Amino acid sequence: MARIDLDHIRHAYGERPKSDADYALKEVTHTFEDGGAYALLGPSGCGKTTLLNIVSGLIRASEGRLLFDGHDVTALSTQERNIAQVFQFPVVYDTMSVYDNLAFPLRNRAVPEREVERKVRETLEIIDLADLAHKRARGLTADQKQKISLGRGLVRADVNAILFDEPLTVIDPHMKWVLRSQLKQLHRRYGFTMVYVTHDQTEALTFAENVVVMYDGQIVQIGTPAELFERPRHTFVGYFIGSPGMNVLPVEVSGTEAKIGAERIALPGLPAGPLSGTVELGIRPEFVRLGREGMPATIAKVEDVGRRKIVRAAIQGRDIALIAGEDEEIPAEPRLSFDPAGINLYADSWRVELGGRP
Amino acid sequence: MNKTWNNKAWFMVLPVLLLVLFSAAIPLMTVVNYSVQDTFGRNVFFWAGSEWYEQMLHSRRFWDAMGRNLAFSFIILAIEIPLGIFIALNMPRKGWGVPVCLVLMALPLLIPWNVVGTIWQVFGRIDIGLLGRGLAQLGIDYNYVRDPVDAWITVVLMDVWHWTSLVVLLCYAGLVSIPDAYYQAARIDGASRFAIFRYIQLPKMKRVLTIAVLLRFMDSFMIYTEPFVVTGGGPGNSTTFLSIDLVKMAVGQFDLGPAAAMSIIYFLIILALSWVFYTVMTSYDGEN
Repeated sequence: MARIDLDHIRHAYGERPKSDADYALKEVTHTFEDGGAYALLGPSGCGKTTLLNIVSGLIRASEGRLLFDGHDVTALSTQERNIAQVFQFPVVYDTMSVYDNLAFPLRNRAVPEREVERKVRETLEIIDLADLAHKRARGLTADQKQKISLGRGLVRADVNAILFDEPLTVIDPHMKWVLRSQLKQLHRRYGFTMVYVTHDQTEALTFAENVVVMYDGQIVQIGTPAELFERPRHTFVGYFIGSPGMNVLPVEVSGTEAKIGAERIALPGLPAGPLSGTVELGIRPEFVRLGREGMPATIAKVEDVGRRKIVRAAIQGRDIALIAGEDEEIPAEPRLSFDPAGINLYADSWRVELGGRP
Repeated sequence: MNKTWNNKAWFMVLPVLLLVLFSAAIPLMTVVNYSVQDTFGRNVFFWAGSEWYEQMLHSRRFWDAMGRNLAFSFIILAIEIPLGIFIALNMPRKGWGVPVCLVLMALPLLIPWNVVGTIWQVFGRIDIGLLGRGLAQLGIDYNYVRDPVDAWITVVLMDVWHWTSLVVLLCYAGLVSIPDAYYQAARIDGASRFAIFRYIQLPKMKRVLTIAVLLRFMDSFMIYTEPFVVTGGGPGNSTTFLSIDLVKMAVGQFDLGPAAAMSIIYFLIILALSWVFYTVMTSYDGEN
């Protein structure tokens, strides 16, 4: 396993990119630590698969350097980089048995047959397919095929990292859970460096210790699930993570006070820097309180989602979502208040620290 | 679950049944009819039983033509299938080259068979043909009218020129349907060019190849127009295939009985061989 450094990586699919907009991946500098489990999270077309393919060498980045454990591998081929990758749709060699599928990468590298046998047996145990070793790979279910894809990576002793490109897309929902926890277990037991691309926040948040959120070809935030939830660095992270996403309201700020229309909201601290461009206040639905105190609101809709309710309300003509408990009553004259712990301030979509004392 | 039987539905297929009856079943029955009767003209027929069949099956002429047919089918399959796969593998997958290649490949398929025959008949002529004169200039003794080997080479070349495209197009369709992830996975697994062909491309082409082999076999086994136009079955009988012989017998000599018996045997052989091909090539699917 290895540490992977991305050093000023940029990539454009077309030749001769003219402006920033031509780049599918805009300048990424990031380190995947040795033995870490990372999720690359973002909407379709945000560049996450591009980034993954650059790491595995399927795509050669237009600019920048890639280092494995400090060695420059930018010019090396996929095979020389020694990477394992699991794709969205299971890739198995139909005509071969499960055993031969796993042996394939080793045989291609002219590993002696006795060593192949030992490694394949070991890998079959890890991925839990030992009973099917001599079955033809074609007849298996999608999740078993996906395990074979994974196994073809694990069978090589010295892979630098295991990359996953939305590996659970075609798996049945109940098997998704099983596979995901098996992956986590693998990571804990063997300490592989794993990078997992997904657009599903639940998948990302449960799989990884570190979630890298990408948006429009850039990394907008790297953090633990809790950090992403509580302190989104960019309004996009706020929208994208959480269900429903963060409420973002345009405000005017003076001192420690924010104004939405005629209403005033106390901020937990002074903005750390000067505020320029569009200033917005972000608050997650979990931090909005419904009661008899605070700002008068109108309620448009209450969605009962089981253990809790999602309330769609409006203050000063601005839509706002909030979470209420299952048994919580909705007052006749509802008022809303914001928990100061959940208030974030954004200038031109980027978060501004609220640390200063008044 | 209980199915509802609706016998009225049979009326729906009646028009098709009638059509097939008139286009296939009745013509076939007239052939069967001829094959068991004899005539001395004036439209008077009498029962001959299996006489024509026995005569056919003991006829040297029939078995020689059959041998030539089998040899021809075998040779063109041995050339067209590997060549077709090879060309399909080397055709571009994207860019402006794709439509250009596809159109070029489709061209020979669009030319009527007798025109193909005429093209090669002229092409190979030693007095005015580009191929014939060119070879003569190079000092190669080539004459498809006189030399049986040259005649065979010409007929085989013509078939390869005419029909390899079909194999190419079928294989190409199979190849482009392989998702990119397979090639990417193969690169990650360190597969060689040959391993990619053997374990990814060939298995994915298997189905279309089955169709290609079947079509080319049936077509080449029934070949008539092109060799008839080029060589007329000669020199001697060296390129007289079953179909050519059949027409000679039925239309030339007006031996309706033997010709009908031969048609039936010919038909059954094609049916049986195609079935064997198909069963062998698809038996693999039945495993597991």
